[in-house]
Amino acid sequence: MPSLKELKDRIGSVKSTQKITKAKQMVAAAKLRRAQSAAEAARPYQERLAAVMASLAGKVSGDSAPKLLAGTGSDKRNLLVVVNTDKGLCGGLNSNLVKAAKAKAQELLAEGKEVEFYLVGKKGRAPLKREYADKIGKGFDTSTVKTPGFEEADAIAAELIGMFEEGKFDIAHLIYPTFQSALVQNPTVNQLIPVPSPETAEETDAVVEYEPGEEEILEELLPRYVKTQIFGALLEREASEQGASMTAMDNATRNAGDLINKLTIQYNRSRQAAITTELIEIIAGAEAL
Amino acid sequence: MALHFELVTPAKLVRSEDVHMVVVPGSEGEFGVLEGHAPFMSTIRDGAVQVYKTEGSAPETIEVRGGFAEVGENGLTVLAEHVEA
Repeated sequence: MPSLKELKDRIGSVKSTQKITKAKQMVAAAKLRRAQSAAEAARPYQERLAAVMASLAGKVSGDSAPKLLAGTGSDKRNLLVVVNTDKGLCGGLNSNLVKAAKAKAQELLAEGKEVEFYLVGKKGRAPLKREYADKIGKGFDTSTVKTPGFEEADAIAAELIGMFEEGKFDIAHLIYPTFQSALVQNPTVNQLIPVPSPETAEETDAVVEYEPGEEEILEELLPRYVKTQIFGALLEREASEQGASMTAMDNATRNAGDLINKLTIQYNRSRQAAITTELIEIIAGAEAL
Repeated sequence: MALHFELVTPAKLVRSEDVHMVVVPGSEGEFGVLEGHAPFMSTIRDGAVQVYKTEGSAPETIEVRGGFAEVGENGLTVLAEHVEA
């Protein structure tokens, strides 16, 4: 049975923890709104780009297709681009991402392929390193900027495309969380490079003129498409992080409240017990006289 | 007589409005787009997009960087990587 003082200290410490989790929850709620609207604002660009890609990719095919679309002709060496968050306190978000990345790596290794990781964000580094220490390649640190934007996506895409052109890998997969709601963020695995051929868009009768030419446009478009994919993943990550953090901190705040109630009851009981004992002692003493 | 004009960047939808004419800095030369333009697609170079709200009005210029323009049935769409406010 803990003493009164111990209980009191315990209540105090849980209370201050609750204060922290509550503050973090409110911050996450405010940031979530911003992250969500940023993700929504980026959608038109992605949709248009995907539509243009679809109509162009159908026209340019065969041998003339750029390498980014056609691939290297092999699928041996795989690069897993894992997008994790930089900060913790967001529930199971990062461990789910790592789990998804590990599952994908297992699957590829079982098929006898080579796997390498490219890590974006801090939080996935340690758990992946534990298991695949020799397979961790380069990474990109997003923790230096407050909100990763298009410039970061640009830098990541440039590095990945550079690695691809040097022949460091054949296929790149992008693993990132998709934000569905504050409660649900699912890890998603998408093929990033070579750019998966989109389903052919409905053929329009109109003859579209291209300037300079279809291939030149496609060649310029593909890196941009990769960049947009990464940018989208970064935005999704931001929204997911805040959503997961809000939910996790809400739970933590509630748990702390329950714990405080329980401890308070225990504290009051032992206080009363102490008073009763004292009274009995006094009365017994008085009667003995 | 109006041309539907959309200017989109990764960060947001900058413009979506009906205008008279837009002059786009294509990589092989500037071109003006009026309503009913034939389907057309071009990469653009860094430069100013000029938007004429009505015929004869002074153009509003928007600096864009990197991207391409597409003219389709539903007007002109400029996808730019960056827009100078």
